[in-house]
Amino acid sequence: MDLTLNAEELHFRDTLRGWLLANVPPPWTVPLKSEESKRAHLEYLRAWQRTMFDGGWAGVSWPKEHGGRGITIIQQSIFQEELALAGAPQQLGVIGEGLVGPTIIAVGTEAQKQQFLKPLLKGEHIWCQGFSEPNAGSDLAALNTRAVLDGDHYVVNGQKIWTSFGHVANWCLLVVRTDASAAKHKGLTCLLVDMASQGVAVRPLKMMTGDSEFNEMFFTDVRVPVANVLGKVNEGWGVALTALGNERANLGTGLYMMFKRDCDALIAKAATIQRNGKPITDDPLVRQKLAQAHLDLEVFRLNSLRTLSGMNNTHAPGPEGSILKLYWSEMNQRNAQIALEVLGLSGQSWDFDEGRWAFNYLRSRGNTIEAGTSEIQRNIIAQRVLGLPRSY
Amino acid sequence: MEFDLSKPQKLLREAAQATLSQNCPLTRVRERMASQDIHDQSLWQLIADQGWVGLHLDETLGGLGLGLVELAVVAEEMGRACLPCPFLATTWAATLLAQVANSDSASTLSAMAEGSQTASVALMDQDSDWDVEHVQTQLNPTSAGWQLSGHKTMVLDAAEVDTLLCVVRKENEIAVVSVSTRASGVKCTPTQVLDATRKLYDVRFEGVAIAQKDMIAVGDQAILAIEYSTRVATIAACAEMLGAMQWIRETTLDYAKTRKQFDRTIGSYQAVQHQCADMLLMTESARAAAYYAAWALSVNAPDSNKSVAIAKAYCSDAGREVAHRGVQVHGGIGFTWEHDLHLFLKRIKVCEFLFGDASWQREQIAKLILM
Repeated sequence: MDLTLNAEELHFRDTLRGWLLANVPPPWTVPLKSEESKRAHLEYLRAWQRTMFDGGWAGVSWPKEHGGRGITIIQQSIFQEELALAGAPQQLGVIGEGLVGPTIIAVGTEAQKQQFLKPLLKGEHIWCQGFSEPNAGSDLAALNTRAVLDGDHYVVNGQKIWTSFGHVANWCLLVVRTDASAAKHKGLTCLLVDMASQGVAVRPLKMMTGDSEFNEMFFTDVRVPVANVLGKVNEGWGVALTALGNERANLGTGLYMMFKRDCDALIAKAATIQRNGKPITDDPLVRQKLAQAHLDLEVFRLNSLRTLSGMNNTHAPGPEGSILKLYWSEMNQRNAQIALEVLGLSGQSWDFDEGRWAFNYLRSRGNTIEAGTSEIQRNIIAQRVLGLPRSY
Repeated sequence: MEFDLSKPQKLLREAAQATLSQNCPLTRVRERMASQDIHDQSLWQLIADQGWVGLHLDETLGGLGLGLVELAVVAEEMGRACLPCPFLATTWAATLLAQVANSDSASTLSAMAEGSQTASVALMDQDSDWDVEHVQTQLNPTSAGWQLSGHKTMVLDAAEVDTLLCVVRKENEIAVVSVSTRASGVKCTPTQVLDATRKLYDVRFEGVAIAQKDMIAVGDQAILAIEYSTRVATIAACAEMLGAMQWIRETTLDYAKTRKQFDRTIGSYQAVQHQCADMLLMTESARAAAYYAAWALSVNAPDSNKSVAIAKAYCSDAGREVAHRGVQVHGGIGFTWEHDLHLFLKRIKVCEFLFGDASWQREQIAKLILM
């Protein structure tokens, strides 16, 4: 056991730190209220992705032959930490870079790799994933979007939901049913779909926060070339699982820094508040709550480090990712609640800290649902880690 | 960066597991529980012969020169075996002595490492907490030298050990004095806490003469030595809890896989599966926190003091929770005296409060993060 960084890791960190110092743009400050400001913000993020690509820092976890740096999992965590420390803009292509790209690398054809990998890293292609449907959430394999072969195209009809980045994406990794007679896991296929195709409609879904982060997508007689099948026809379930495995493993890395910003900001804010003429940070109950938020977050960090270190040895995301997902999602809900308790009723105001704590609280309710509900994560842990039987 | 144990650390774990499963079955623990003399002398000698008493101390002080991670490895296995021996107390006392090492303490430490001497630390006054600054017990000057009178509480294994390192005030400075438990004026009264394999004592000192050679440390040196050794003991307690959690988690999982109700194993029901999943999450999180604290303190990392408080707060809360869930999944049998679950539940329950419970630790964290 030795948690210090080795020489190679230190060199990686210092090189990256130097590059970030010279290249991170000034932070985005315009409120994202108008359509125009949202478009400008998207271009700001795209420009940053391009800067990363030109500097050789896009797709760092990908193998070198596909334009990446082939860095270790530990270096990936350093990468995320340094980006956060440098105040770099959020990464536009998280789904493309973290989930779609690695899946194309794993099962895609040579032509698909040529066509998709470089534009993805450059920020020219923004990806979304068309997995969940109104009647296929946790039970993803029950999905019902159909694709029927017609000459050298598949014709797609159906509806997808909860699609992050759907409103800005120009490509979609879509799971469809190509054999309705087969058992539900057996008749699925993954398609790479151009969002500009005729018959694709995207409608933003408003969350309980009032924001739109994800969308509904409607596919009506959308024609997708057979060449855009990812993996083999009717073997899409395995491809989807490959993608989701990458998703759960990826999510843990950058999250700690995001949650830490909130936790540190809460502690700093609490230190400025007086109640009944006394600083609230003198109140033993407030002190207990802030310390609990801090320790919960640190235990998440240590869990992440341990998982990363384990993956670094096994070179594969395992079901342990479910433990991390379960931990952070429930922790963030606990800590969002603590923030409201510490700040009091005024902390709920959309005028207080620009609505940060109100937003965090509401947004955190989605954490135990998105990317696999807590119930599904517990099933995965029970069945795939602990070896308990399949259950209903 | 490597979070996992190194090869030698894994070998040490295997050795500890093998030794303890062979020599400390739960039937033997129950025999000690039922007897007046809780401590198993021959088992203690065996542990000393392995070199595990003070294994984290320098070789010149009778130790093996290993680190705190190795200490945690051994303590975890002791928790998993519910070992009825004064390991926690002796580790605490030996670490304290090693911090102020002189020629006298070196020979005491060697005797402790060999198993021929044991010791404990008397920290809390009857009305104080685990904070050394709150100790008020006074050393009194007399014409014949210093005398100790006072009342210490929750002293681990006091009557079973040879020596007590007693935390006192000497002319308003914190000091540590060494007192033989057989000295005239020392009276140890057992406090039967929930864990019947571990005894805590009320210790009364009435006019106990303290010779100059028994003044172990005074002032800042004493405070630093007490605080550091208490952190080391806290890590050992976290590791013990972790071992007990691991036993409960594995035993509960085995039960869920074999016990049948409504013609199917109870582990096939999601309600039970989710309990097992949560127990794994809590046990593994406790492992990450406990071992990180051991590593951080051993390399004197900037957050080492905070990491010990975090580990103890987390392990205290999670240990209790895992024990409760284990009983729940077992149902009626888990609530019986006959089943071994309660041994581990009680081991955890006492460790939960030793060296400060989760709330006390959170206040220590608050002091560090709220400037």
